[in-house]
Amino acid sequence: MTAPSRVRRRTVRRGRLPVVLAVPALIGLAFLVVPLIGMLVQTPWSTLGDQLFSQEVGQALLLSLVCASLATVLCLVLGVPLAWLLARSDLPGRGVLRALVTVPLVLPPVVGGVALLLVLGRRGLIGEHLHEWFGVSLPFTTAGVVVAEAFVAMPFLVIAVEGALRGADSRFEEAAATLGASRWLTFRRVTLPSIAPGVVAGTVLCWARALGEFGATITFAGNFPGRTTTMPLAVYLALETDPGAAIVLSVVLLLVSVVVLVSLRDRWIGGTP
Amino acid sequence: MTLRADLHVTRGAFRLDLPLTVEPGEVVALLGPNGAGKTTALRALAGLLPVTSGDIRLDDAVWDRPPELFVPPENRAVGVVFQDYLLFNHLSALENVAFGPRARGLDRASARARARTWLDRVGLADHAGKRPRALSGGQAQRVALARALVTEPGLLLLDEPLAALDASNRLHVRSSLARHLAEYPGRTLLVTHDPLDAMVLADRIVIVEHGQVVQEGPPAEVARRPRTDYVAHLVGLNLYRGVASGTGVRLDDGGSFTVAEPATGAVHIAFSPTAVSLHRDVPEGSPRNAWPVTVADIEQHAHTVRVRLDGDPPVLADVTPAVIAELGLSPGARVWATVKATEAAVYPA
Repeated sequence: MTAPSRVRRRTVRRGRLPVVLAVPALIGLAFLVVPLIGMLVQTPWSTLGDQLFSQEVGQALLLSLVCASLATVLCLVLGVPLAWLLARSDLPGRGVLRALVTVPLVLPPVVGGVALLLVLGRRGLIGEHLHEWFGVSLPFTTAGVVVAEAFVAMPFLVIAVEGALRGADSRFEEAAATLGASRWLTFRRVTLPSIAPGVVAGTVLCWARALGEFGATITFAGNFPGRTTTMPLAVYLALETDPGAAIVLSVVLLLVSVVVLVSLRDRWIGGTP
Repeated sequence: MTLRADLHVTRGAFRLDLPLTVEPGEVVALLGPNGAGKTTALRALAGLLPVTSGDIRLDDAVWDRPPELFVPPENRAVGVVFQDYLLFNHLSALENVAFGPRARGLDRASARARARTWLDRVGLADHAGKRPRALSGGQAQRVALARALVTEPGLLLLDEPLAALDASNRLHVRSSLARHLAEYPGRTLLVTHDPLDAMVLADRIVIVEHGQVVQEGPPAEVARRPRTDYVAHLVGLNLYRGVASGTGVRLDDGGSFTVAEPATGAVHIAFSPTAVSLHRDVPEGSPRNAWPVTVADIEQHAHTVRVRLDGDPPVLADVTPAVIAELGLSPGARVWATVKATEAAVYPA
């Protein structure tokens, strides 16, 4: 009779967290969650609808969605082949390439914007010729927003897709080759379908990153309402003139983030479907 | 019209040297222990691995001749059945089989029609729409075979085609595979570590150990006259090397042996464990080989007991459980082993 009760007491004690860990853990949790809750509390829910459909906000939202989507397409077109190159080719110095690809991931986005300006600006290394030969000038245009967002967001896609490629069994590609498939056909019909979940995850992540991009965008594309003022820029601007609008814009972005997180829940927070 | 290959592949410390010919309609089995280089040879033939030196030719076409020529796998007339089949999981059985014809330029409808014909030939017409995961091991193997053969390749390569199956399926799948191989007019190379697969499916067996050919011949010949301990073990025979003069053979590892047919020079002696009798005392005058041995190990098989015996030479004996009881055999027991001279095959080493 005494033995089971002792066992039970012991399991109870084991379930309790040590205070040294529990307190910082709870503070940490609060630190991450309270600001978001605070924002939701401060949200002027009664005028939310009006704010959301006001011209300023609608414009910024639309521009953000379009630019983020275009940037994502650009990242897919360039990033998936780049991931393939990093994962599958026997290129020398692949490790160095991989490191280079991940630089924009850790680089402060403002620095990225400066770098883009120096290269693609009207007097930049490449921008000069773009302007001279084609009359194209990227800085301070909507196209510039797309470029800035793609620059910052592409590493997310490349890393996700490369990871999927490394995890995929390359023997299936060999099987396809023995069946007469060229490398391109093999990539399209065998490799890509097998890494589809990784590509989807990378795409969503890339899109979310592009949507939230601030530093590189404002540096490279400036802040012109209707042309380059995306949601994050609008939030920043509105904070000085119309804090209510800033909150509404922020809530919209928060909502988008949550949707992204939910759509990736299996992969990122280990939830079961 | 023959596959002629002289495969030399060096990978780190491993070296494969394998001359190989396969005639049209012939099935050659590459038999050897794991790590012998069988799969390396198969990959070289498929074009998944370039040879270091040597060449590969099918009919008049040169597939690989370093340094100047290498034909990639997609341009070789080759069909491969991989060890775990590697069926494309996102495609149905039919689409898997149609993949090859499509990749080789056939339009979708014709490719599907041909795939359907082949699925029918392997008896899987009813499973055309199924994904590979929904197929049993035996069915997946047949889809893989159909996928490899649908493009009518000049060379069919099978990598351990039965290894992924459980024992109950294997017998049935093996006989159906034998039937399809008999109908296939091209050259077949089968890579396996299972001697039974090689014996049943192949017209000729090439045995590879440590990247080298150690024996080659028809299955019956290999089964009767093994040349290495590995092969002897596979086919279940006692094998010794020795030097003969007349009917007496001095064994390399100690002891001597009397054989029925006179021979001279280096020879192999092989006999079945069932040819070995065990006695408590020295048997009296008969044309037998008799020598004292010590029981090292006793193993129960289906209806016989295999006894491993140490002595000059050591020997395996298959006896009945009655003999074990009669002689009171247990590890460490000392008995006499006898073998009739006529039971032993003698052939030049």
